[in-house]
Amino acid sequence: MKNKQSWIDQRFPLTKVFNEHLAEYYTPRNFNFWYFFGGLAMLMLGMQLVTGIFLTMHYKPDSAYAFASVEYIMRDVEWGWLIRYLHSAGASAFFIVIYLHMYRALLYGSYKGPRELIWILGMLLYVALMAEAFFGYVLPWGQMSFWGAQVIISLFGSVPVIGPDLLVWLLGDYAVGDAALNRFFSLHVIALPLILVVLVFLHIVALHTVGSNNPDGIEIKKNKDKDGIPKDGIPFHPYYTVKDIMGVVAFLWLLCAVVFYAPALNGYFLEHANFIEANPLKTPEHIAPLWYLTPFYSVLRAIPPMFGSQFPGVLAMGAAILILFALPWLDRSPVKSIRYRSPIYKWVLGVFVVSFIMLGWLGVQPVTPLNALLARVFTALYFAFFILMPWYTSIGKTKEVPERVTG
Amino acid sequence: MSEQTIDLKKRRFLTKATSVVGAVGVGFVAWPFLSTMKPSAKTKAAGAPIDIDISKLEAGQLVRVLWRKKPVWIFMRDEKALDALNSDELIKSLDDPDGTGNSKNQQPSYVTSNFRSIKNKESVAVIVGVCTHLGCSPTYRPEPGAADLGGDSWPGGFYCPCHGSKFDLAGRVYAGVPAPTNLVIPPYRYVSDSLIRIGVDPEIT
Amino acid sequence: MKNNTIINLALSLIVISFNVHAASKVHLDHADTDISNTASLQNGAKLFMNYCSGCHAISFMRYNRIGEDLGLSDELVAENLMFAGNKLGETITTAMPEDAAAKWFGGTPPDLSLVARSKGTDWIYTYLRSFYEDESRIFGVNNSVLVNASMPDVLWSLKQGQTEANFDQNVRDITNFLDYVGEPAKLIRLKLGKWVLLFLGILFILAYLLKKEYWKDVKYGIWRPRD
Repeated sequence: MKNKQSWIDQRFPLTKVFNEHLAEYYTPRNFNFWYFFGGLAMLMLGMQLVTGIFLTMHYKPDSAYAFASVEYIMRDVEWGWLIRYLHSAGASAFFIVIYLHMYRALLYGSYKGPRELIWILGMLLYVALMAEAFFGYVLPWGQMSFWGAQVIISLFGSVPVIGPDLLVWLLGDYAVGDAALNRFFSLHVIALPLILVVLVFLHIVALHTVGSNNPDGIEIKKNKDKDGIPKDGIPFHPYYTVKDIMGVVAFLWLLCAVVFYAPALNGYFLEHANFIEANPLKTPEHIAPLWYLTPFYSVLRAIPPMFGSQFPGVLAMGAAILILFALPWLDRSPVKSIRYRSPIYKWVLGVFVVSFIMLGWLGVQPVTPLNALLARVFTALYFAFFILMPWYTSIGKTKEVPERVTG
Repeated sequence: MSEQTIDLKKRRFLTKATSVVGAVGVGFVAWPFLSTMKPSAKTKAAGAPIDIDISKLEAGQLVRVLWRKKPVWIFMRDEKALDALNSDELIKSLDDPDGTGNSKNQQPSYVTSNFRSIKNKESVAVIVGVCTHLGCSPTYRPEPGAADLGGDSWPGGFYCPCHGSKFDLAGRVYAGVPAPTNLVIPPYRYVSDSLIRIGVDPEIT
Repeated sequence: MKNNTIINLALSLIVISFNVHAASKVHLDHADTDISNTASLQNGAKLFMNYCSGCHAISFMRYNRIGEDLGLSDELVAENLMFAGNKLGETITTAMPEDAAAKWFGGTPPDLSLVARSKGTDWIYTYLRSFYEDESRIFGVNNSVLVNASMPDVLWSLKQGQTEANFDQNVRDITNFLDYVGEPAKLIRLKLGKWVLLFLGILFILAYLLKKEYWKDVKYGIWRPRD
């Protein structure tokens, strides 16, 4: 074994990389529950790729055959139903994991310097993932696939001056149809997965350059022992590999409970309307994107048309996503972790979380006067979290930050 | 702080136990994924037996059908052609004239060794028209004495244009050609005197 | 800090619960179907093929699959479920030509393979029992669940000479069968689920013990003495 290892090491930095990034990569000893989700996100990416590969062996990206090919997978392909449910539940699970992963950053200030680039790469990943999920949902070619695509793509048509031409170019046709389906398939199966994998690699390189943050928000590299090892650091391998394995198994247990007992989750993971084949002549009563895209959909709907155009709503939706990129620079708190911030921040974060969840909830509901008002209120609160951040993070009394990590 | 030493035995046991159960889990997960590549119910349905009406089939006429995505020939041989299949000159030039050598797995047990058809139904041949070399479909050359196939020594048969393999009118391969074995005879049965069903063996009486 | 998250979630749930569903819906009876009841599925299959398949296809289902899943031999399937001389491996289509249907019924009778997943079992169960007399309609009936439905009351003859309870059970059986047709894999996944969760539970216990064992190093300062 030793000889084989050195043969490889003379030609490829295998042991060097293993040590640098695993066995001698020092991570804070005080990671808690919120720190499982980065690893779980990588698991989900792998799972979607593998299930996706096997689904693509049977799926037909032609509008005449797509819907039937999915049912073919569900019935005629041995174990096809399991692969399909893992992929569809996996998409929702991926977003649950990502939202919890991002929430951790909000809790502990993981986006603050010197980790701004990790946050930016993460945000790019988030946007790419939303695009990937959107294109993926069109592929089964059900009523919701078709009409959801129609609605979202038509937003591009609302761009001033170039809108209509842009729309036709994107669709390869005058409306969503076979041409759009085929290119969405290409983007979903090849283009975006490649982008996601590259971005994940960059995201981790950026992380390993600076080292992880931790629940106390202190930099462990500031306190090193005589060997240059952070006093509050432990090697990622074996401690976090073994802890992450435990987390993975627990997560798979939950995922399998859903896949085997409630794969459609009553319309939240697989919408009822999507079990009807796409019909360009009949719009469903109620069009909604999948739950993970609904917060931004709510923002879009909350802004009324202005000057005869839906474009302001589109801008607001775009702004709601883009403003997240600015977080490292909006936050003026001297302290990273919520543990040591002023009580004001706890309330503000609470309002933000409630607003985000409510916007998501409203996005699945039909538009009523009450819902429209609520959507506007929560949209305002959502933006206020960011716009007012330079102010409320500068005021208020922060607690004393310890030198060494606690618990 | 109490003195704690590493219990290596326990550590090794737990690592092994978890790895073994984990590996079993990976096996349980891999199985369904690999199974999805097996022929699906749709493919199996498409591979179901097919029926061919031979009431109008004449001597020398060859009908081609698709069974399990492969061409199958059904053709009628007259007395002269059947006699020619037993000639010494032909037998000498074949690789495995009685199907007990290289070609012993190329036909079901219930077809006769020389005519390679069901007993008492010798005139009709049912043969999978795929060359046993690399898979081209040979051309039907039933006319004896064809100049480009050896003149007088050619009793009629099949010629594969891809690499030159030759087969007789029972699908038996000539010696010294690229194809290694006789053409495959599929399972088939007579549903009635005029109806052949390809894909199932005859009922055991 | 954990309290913060719990408070956030609780607040959201409270606000959500105040959100009244604006859309008014037709009241649907509970179908109460039990997909593990094979006898019910068999009866439902027979009733479907006799009363429904003349106009409605379930073209994502194959005859042999129904036989396998419902414990019916090939002969039983051929005798009771196949009327049009198809083969066992074929899908279940309908003889009703589309354009004729559009003329006769004012619309093509939809394929019912997935109706249980798009409309739900409660809807099917209630719909089939909600026909009432209406002179103004072409077939003399209307339906309170699907107003101005183009479909005649095909189960009318079944209803005669049966108690209401018996008829309801027959409709329940048809609904049950359509639930199965919507997702034949449901039979497998419900059976398999408990074994998967059991296996993962065992694996979790092992992984947890393994983690605890290694983390003793960190807890008791064996990895590094706490200073």
